Amino acid sequence: MATITTIPHMPVRNGDDIDNTFDDARIRAPLIVGGKGFADVTRVVTRIALEEPPGWWYLAFAGALGLLSLMGITIGYLMLAGVGVWGNNQPVAWAFDIVNFVFWVGIGHAGTLISAILFLFRQNWRTSINRFAEAMTIFAVICAATFPGIHVGRPWLAYWLFPIPNQMAMWPQFRSPLLWDVFAVGTYFTVSLLFWYVGMIPDLATLRDKSKNRIQQILYGIFSLGWTGSCRAWHRYERAYLLLAALSTPLVLSVHSVVSFDFATSQLPGWHTTIFPPYFVAGAVFGGFAMVLTLAIPCRALFGLKDIITLRHIDNMNKVMLATGLIVAYAYSVEFFTAWYSQHYYEQFAFQNRVFGAAPWAFWCMFICNVFAPQILWFKWARNSLVITFIVANFVNAGMWFERYVIIVTSLQRDFLSSSWGMFKPSWVDLALLAGSFGLFFTLFLLFIKFLPIIAMAEVKSIMPQAHAHGHGDPDLDRTDYRPDETAHDHPGGKAHPAV
Amino acid sequence: MSTAIAEHPTSHASVTEDAGPLPQVAAVMAEFENVDDVMHAARTVRDAGFTRWDVHSPFPIHGIDGAMGIKMTVLPWLVLCGGLTGLLGGLALTWWTNASKIPTPFMANLQGYQFLISGKPVWSLAANIPVMFETTVLLSALTAVFGMLILNRLPMHYNPLFKSERFHRVTDDRFFVVIDSRDPKFNESEVTSMLQKLNPLSLEKVED
Repeated sequence: MATITTIPHMPVRNGDDIDNTFDDARIRAPLIVGGKGFADVTRVVTRIALEEPPGWWYLAFAGALGLLSLMGITIGYLMLAGVGVWGNNQPVAWAFDIVNFVFWVGIGHAGTLISAILFLFRQNWRTSINRFAEAMTIFAVICAATFPGIHVGRPWLAYWLFPIPNQMAMWPQFRSPLLWDVFAVGTYFTVSLLFWYVGMIPDLATLRDKSKNRIQQILYGIFSLGWTGSCRAWHRYERAYLLLAALSTPLVLSVHSVVSFDFATSQLPGWHTTIFPPYFVAGAVFGGFAMVLTLAIPCRALFGLKDIITLRHIDNMNKVMLATGLIVAYAYSVEFFTAWYSQHYYEQFAFQNRVFGAAPWAFWCMFICNVFAPQILWFKWARNSLVITFIVANFVNAGMWFERYVIIVTSLQRDFLSSSWGMFKPSWVDLALLAGSFGLFFTLFLLFIKFLPIIAMAEVKSIMPQAHAHGHGDPDLDRTDYRPDETAHDHPGGKAHPAV
Repeated sequence: MSTAIAEHPTSHASVTEDAGPLPQVAAVMAEFENVDDVMHAARTVRDAGFTRWDVHSPFPIHGIDGAMGIKMTVLPWLVLCGGLTGLLGGLALTWWTNASKIPTPFMANLQGYQFLISGKPVWSLAANIPVMFETTVLLSALTAVFGMLILNRLPMHYNPLFKSERFHRVTDDRFFVVIDSRDPKFNESEVTSMLQKLNPLSLEKVED
């Protein structure tokens, strides 16, 4: 074995967080700390699903359920009264409903990015966060899909969106970006759900085997499909997982691109821009990581997952957020440059209007939250501070909502003819639906953290140093070129290196 | 269920009138503590020429495919077929519904409709690529998942291995080598002594 440097001393921060964020190029930092072995990972994660939830869970669930009922009541009222109860008008026919749709679809991007793109790039740190990031994706897409569904005006005819044979010989118009959206979001939801479920099968089997309760055993047994950890099955499973990752990678980039086509293919100044697809995708990843951090920081503290979701994971996510934030900042600047450089009167007016015109507060909220706030993440002490990270992530969450408001509403308010200008003011139904969508999201998320494995146990175990055979003279294995997660000396017997 | 049952005939004819069918040895199972040991065991069993056997582990082990002699799965080819079906299906769907007026042969009132949108041609490939892309990805992903499950013979809720209390740790931190009694080379005493030499944590007969 080549010389392997021992792990440097890792100081303890914030009380009991072990700081594994050192950058020593000769050695990979451990991704699981605290001297954990396989059984420790199983115990820490299964306990969350199998035991009674803590008191705060009931409180949070009650709150989320309250907001969800608000959403239900508001949608009921909307169906009875019609979309006139919203603040939408002419010319602002797309307002909170589409803003919320784009906001939630955007949040849904981080999950698949973490599970697919980081998987293809062999970023092993993804294993600690991919499960609940994927769950977040699915719940965010459910929230997103609600809004166009109720925005169609007659939601009971929403099935017209799909090419269902019918007696009217009526088909969707496939050259419309709105219909591409139906296919893009529908495919994205289906594939994300499959990816999430396939990843969860081995962990559901762990819950089945660890459960002492008959009902839990039966239910986890049904959903784990009789998984036995057979290596012949693992072989096909890993191949299927790789294929899903390879398929999801262009998919995740396509979804927000298609969403951006809804705007980019129109003639409206402020929408009609070729930069939209990459700009939307970067923004989606930016906002998605902010939401992952918003959920991960409380979860790791409340469920004792600090040794699995370590400071290094937080640090890496902050770096992704900073990088995508810079792409977003660049896109904002290029839009202004293009407006000036085009010498196109209406395009120039649209961007002046954003900064100084009808609703400048929305623009400045967006700009401060998305461009200024993340700059603090250049500093390592800020990335390692959970409080600062949490605050920045929430700035980004808010900023990304305002970004969509700025793009959609301020562009519609003042288009070509001043005689057709109009202002938008949200009604209470708009605000209740926005709040209610958070209720739907958190209700689903709280159910997930209570009943399902929130950490991908099998994947976390497979990146621990003791998961790799050491060969000892075996020709199949005595390779010196590839030692994926070697951190110290041999770790026989499923024991990790000693606690640091 | 580590019973030390003496040899009994392994045919279905061994039914006594009172006790019903005698339990059959379904497999012999050896438990290991770490990856190195189970890799060594896998190579030994592979080299002994067994075919109906398996290694069970809590996570995919890097390099176990070679140690067990597992051949590459056919799954990627199935996914390619699924993807091509999706691509052609998407093409057919968009073309037939929006650019043709061909009625379906056996169904009444089912035919495409040529939308006239801003005087554009009724058929242009570029406008239909997003939908074709999505159907390609969708069918590929469905094939990857359901193909994997079918090839793995899942769901399969009955498995004699589940009767073993020890086997519950396969999804936690233990590794098992299981040799199926239906293997043509299976001989209970020989298999037991071969596995015994590999120094397992435990050795157990699994009954059906």
